[in-house]
Amino acid sequence: MGPLEAHFRAARDGGRKLLVPYVTGGYPGWQEAVRAAAAAGADGIEIGIPFSDPVMDGPVIQQASQAALDAGATPPAILDAAADLEVGIPLAVMTYYNLVHHDGHRRFAGRLVRAGIAGCILPDLPLEESGPWCESADHEGVETIMLAAPTAPDERLPRVVERCRGFVYAVGLLGVTGERTSLAATATELAGRLKAITELPVLVGVGVSDAEQARQACRVADGVVQGASVVRRLMTGGPDAVGEYVAEVRAAIDGR
Amino acid sequence: MRGVRDRSLLAEPSSTGRFGEFGGRFVPETLVPACQELEAAFRAAWADPVFRGELDAVLRDYAGRPSILTECHNLGAELGLRLLLKREDLNHTGSHKINNVLGQALLAKRMGKTRLVAETGAGQHGVAAATAAALMGMECRVYMGAVDVERQALNVFRMRLLGATVEQVESGSRTLKDAVNEAMRDWVATVADTHYCLGSVMGPHPYPWMVRQFHLVVGTEARGQVEALTGGPPDVVVACVGGGSNAMGIFSGFVDGPARLVGAEPSGGAAVGRGVPGVVHGMRSYLMQDEHGQVEEAHSVSAGLDYPGVGPEHAYLASIGRAEYPPVADAEVLDAFQLLARTEGILCAFEPAHGLAWVVREAPNLRGQTVLLCLSGRGDKDVAQAMDLIGPEGGRDILGPDA
Repeated sequence: MGPLEAHFRAARDGGRKLLVPYVTGGYPGWQEAVRAAAAAGADGIEIGIPFSDPVMDGPVIQQASQAALDAGATPPAILDAAADLEVGIPLAVMTYYNLVHHDGHRRFAGRLVRAGIAGCILPDLPLEESGPWCESADHEGVETIMLAAPTAPDERLPRVVERCRGFVYAVGLLGVTGERTSLAATATELAGRLKAITELPVLVGVGVSDAEQARQACRVADGVVQGASVVRRLMTGGPDAVGEYVAEVRAAIDGR
Repeated sequence: MRGVRDRSLLAEPSSTGRFGEFGGRFVPETLVPACQELEAAFRAAWADPVFRGELDAVLRDYAGRPSILTECHNLGAELGLRLLLKREDLNHTGSHKINNVLGQALLAKRMGKTRLVAETGAGQHGVAAATAAALMGMECRVYMGAVDVERQALNVFRMRLLGATVEQVESGSRTLKDAVNEAMRDWVATVADTHYCLGSVMGPHPYPWMVRQFHLVVGTEARGQVEALTGGPPDVVVACVGGGSNAMGIFSGFVDGPARLVGAEPSGGAAVGRGVPGVVHGMRSYLMQDEHGQVEEAHSVSAGLDYPGVGPEHAYLASIGRAEYPPVADAEVLDAFQLLARTEGILCAFEPAHGLAWVVREAPNLRGQTVLLCLSGRGDKDVAQAMDLIGPEGGRDILGPDA
């Protein structure tokens, strides 16, 4: 069991709901935003490495990614900066497979380890294509967090879960990242299906848009990943606004 | 030449959707079941004589197939070779794209889908998809980069006349690759009732294979027509390549024979020539990218070829040396476009003018040979842009003083 999974299981088993904010790496102020989120009660942070063609992302994260790329963000620069964060909670990166493929599996996994990154999420690398990357990641000690989708038939979910390390990322709805006015029914349905078949922590992400929706998702799930709602605050209010928001979600899922 | 008479060419891809080391299915988990369902449905339909009969009928009675073969006596004499054009420009909607969309729309109906989404570059595939949707009573939404919307305003209006919704894409480079991203994002959210009608031999498995199968008709017809006219296969088969669907269609008739296969890429979008293997839009193929793996923007006079990747089967044919993919410059394309108009009275699209530009450049090395060019689309859509680029007087000087 890797450090990310150990940390999350221990917290979950202690009765804590898990909160993982997403911050676009390379966006101005992103490191301060990560620190603010950690100080406000995040259990882990997902750092986005921007890609030119982010097919799973909606307008908010696309805009932040493009701004980061325009500001000269590159994968090595983001990972170098991540190595200096020292926030005391596990970090994972979320990026697209071509950046890994282009670098080389072993080399990219090695970069993550040197940067102190525990986990990796590649939303365009489904189970059937994940073998070579997962082998390198396992070898280097990087935990690959797999996505499980509401469209997956029952026979598929156990295979996804088996390949998964760290935690299971339950995709909350049919669609890309972005804020919605309410939590989709698929979010808790899928979380329930996954909880029934795995001991891994199950976190719902994509379309968990505010503190109330996070609280609803956590009735079934072990926690939430929040992306667009965090990144929007980073873009409009800066790192302090991210910290305030994470504290608000923390309070909601703690039942305070 | 390696690969000649190799029956493994033009086979089905592997169970993981690979042509050699290219292809695959790199899509978000949400879309995996949809791709699997599509593969199973296509496999069943393609093996079903009823489906094939329906498709053949609509290609004949609606699209106007078979398309004719035209010999260019004037231009051929000037270039010192025998030039034959496969006239996909004469199909309904003015390009080869209709073959694929009629196939996919029939398949989508058979699968119970009520809505089509499509991406488009030049607008040819968008118009074709809107046409098929109108014919079959389906809803249609077409994603088109903002740059292309401006370049191809008439095609945008055509799609709207046909009842489709055109969504202008403002993300990324605002061209074809971003339109593909946006169409995929739509499909991720609407997969239950929607079919993604992808317009080229690209994307996740089964698209590269399925779209090629729907375009086999181009190569099959051309093979018989060239044989009837000349008594044998051509020496060279030429087509333009963006994603590469018209090229896969016409290559399919000749890939197991001795003909030299040439796919002309725009020099600003030369995925095979300048790219390295990468993964985008669901497939592993040659891809233009920077040192970190960010996808580069393509630049071409032709919106339809403005694409930094290429279909995985082309990547495979290039990797084994069975086909070659030379780059062609915009200026050569404009010259070829005018040359064909003057000598043969045919206004072709900028896309196939890439193929012709290669023939003109290479003519001294092709003397006496029979060259088959896939004339994949007609030029009406490009006339306004050509006027901007050439000037309203026309390029009277390009053929020299006695032209």
